[in-house]
Amino acid sequence: MSTETNPTRGITGDGAAQADRVANRRVRRILFGCAAITVLTTLAIFFVLIDNAVSYFYGLRFTEALLGASLEKSVTLTEFFTGTRWAPDHATPGHGILPIVFGTLSITVGAAFVSIPIGTATAIYLSEYASEGVRSKLKPTLEILAGIPTIVYGYFAIAFINPVVLSPIAETLFGIHLGRYSMLSGMLVVGIMTIPMVSSISEDAMSSVPDELRNGAYALGATKYDVSTRIVLPASISGVLASYILAVSRALGETMAVTLAAGFNAQITANPFDEIMTMTAYMVSMARGTSAVGTIEYQSLFAVGLVLFVMTLVMNLLNDRLKRRFQEEYR
Amino acid sequence: MSTETEHDLFGDVDLKWEHAKNRLFLWVIFAASMFGVAMLALLLLDIGTDFYVGLTEFNISLTDFLTRDGSRREELSGFRGAIVASIMLMILTAVLAFFVGVGSAIYLEEYAPDNRVTRLIEANLANLAGVPSIVYGLLALAAVVNGIGTGPVLMAGAIALGLLVMSIIIVSSQEALRAVPDSVRNGSYATGATKWQTIRGVVLPAAIPGIMTGTILALARAIGETAPLLMVGAIFVNRMPSGPFDRFSGMPTQIYAWAAEPSPHFIHLAAIGIVVLLTFLFVMNGLAMYIRHRYETEI
Repeated sequence: MSTETNPTRGITGDGAAQADRVANRRVRRILFGCAAITVLTTLAIFFVLIDNAVSYFYGLRFTEALLGASLEKSVTLTEFFTGTRWAPDHATPGHGILPIVFGTLSITVGAAFVSIPIGTATAIYLSEYASEGVRSKLKPTLEILAGIPTIVYGYFAIAFINPVVLSPIAETLFGIHLGRYSMLSGMLVVGIMTIPMVSSISEDAMSSVPDELRNGAYALGATKYDVSTRIVLPASISGVLASYILAVSRALGETMAVTLAAGFNAQITANPFDEIMTMTAYMVSMARGTSAVGTIEYQSLFAVGLVLFVMTLVMNLLNDRLKRRFQEEYR
Repeated sequence: MSTETEHDLFGDVDLKWEHAKNRLFLWVIFAASMFGVAMLALLLLDIGTDFYVGLTEFNISLTDFLTRDGSRREELSGFRGAIVASIMLMILTAVLAFFVGVGSAIYLEEYAPDNRVTRLIEANLANLAGVPSIVYGLLALAAVVNGIGTGPVLMAGAIALGLLVMSIIIVSSQEALRAVPDSVRNGSYATGATKWQTIRGVVLPAAIPGIMTGTILALARAIGETAPLLMVGAIFVNRMPSGPFDRFSGMPTQIYAWAAEPSPHFIHLAAIGIVVLLTFLFVMNGLAMYIRHRYETEI
């Protein structure tokens, strides 16, 4: 770039303005590079998961297959998605993902039964009933729940909920001897940790419902109960649903709490006192072992990771759509 | 209550029932709100009790705990290696994520045109925030530990945590930049400053307290993350890491290793470890809040 022909040279006389503008453009490119890293991260996640998952199914990595190496099936997709035995590291291996998908889904559904009713009720209380004094104390207190690391919840499950709360109940009421782990303690602990997600996002949605709607209902003689359940909740429903989706998505990917609460036994069972294994717990169990690169156990990590990633991706896209709809309604 | 006119007006409405329903509803949702608080209290009480029992009945000395490294023998096991590893992780994570995060936020808030690429970056950011932390661990495992071939070292853990908190830092930095009023920017432009001069000289100084607050909170999230570290192989390492390219186990992974042991002595070591970890989080959150309040009034 020649400063000779640039008109700004005439103004400042020393080309400083030109240099400033070059610096501005250079900074802009660098900053764009930073923002591009976030997109590259997503692409890298996709690439790594698919590349290694392909080797789980075809015996070689995607990148190797592209180079023309011959394909040799190691695990069929049919076995993977319909098999009911998950034990890739066993002497007679089972490669059916269903038991650990069952584990993840049952924890997620169980947790939703705790976090959705309690979170929604808390949100209504905070948004419609609580005085400013109560609100200013209750809200930050609940946010502490969201800030506690998941490993601490795992400890709470294995050291308290399972042995102290659930074990006596199972023993006296059902005559079941409870082990170190149980599906129920996983559901409870993940439910508790996702309450603040539901309550705070739902409350934000409810608070942004305009007062005109409430006053209109009061003028017709409605009680606060009617206004909360028939005006505010329906009016904020897309925001409230977005909070549910977020809680579900978080429960799907939750790792440490379910690992320490629900255990490592991959099985499909209806008994909430049984030990089960989630997809994330499987990944942790492999990390604890010594699965070397290139072994089928190592590759199975990425196949499971890919399934988990796709499940949470669907939830995130759904959440994004609901959030956007809600923002359009009240802006 | 039952004057003649009211009776006519609400002839088909059982007012008593309506009011009872309203009161009942209030009690139900109040009880639900208290459930979360009760669980928090129970959790802290449980950890506090186990911490106390660990110090008294299991005779775990807090000084020994803080000055010894981990050990297979429960009575010799300590937390020093894990604490040092976590502090190193936090510093590396901060270095990796801060500049890229703040840079992205500046681009998105100040430079980015409203086009398809920008919308893609924004949508991707929302998605990244929802990716399970364990997946970041898988990424680092395949790309760094085995891809570059570093092995299960501290740097691999820091990269996983850095990518994990990057989206949090970007979003909070965007909010901090958005809070700077446009009049401030226009004042700077009027003196002939370029966009970058304006950002560096005027916008960033005003936004930095908010950015710092967001970064500290993101690091507090990172220091408690366990799953990504387990995925890169941070477990069963007891000694203190000598540098970023040494094997390691951080505070949360050490707590996990202890909590998964059947021996009650190890369980109580885990409880004491959790108290140390929560103390770190408490201090970091306090610092973030202090910065927020200290500078809030000046802008």
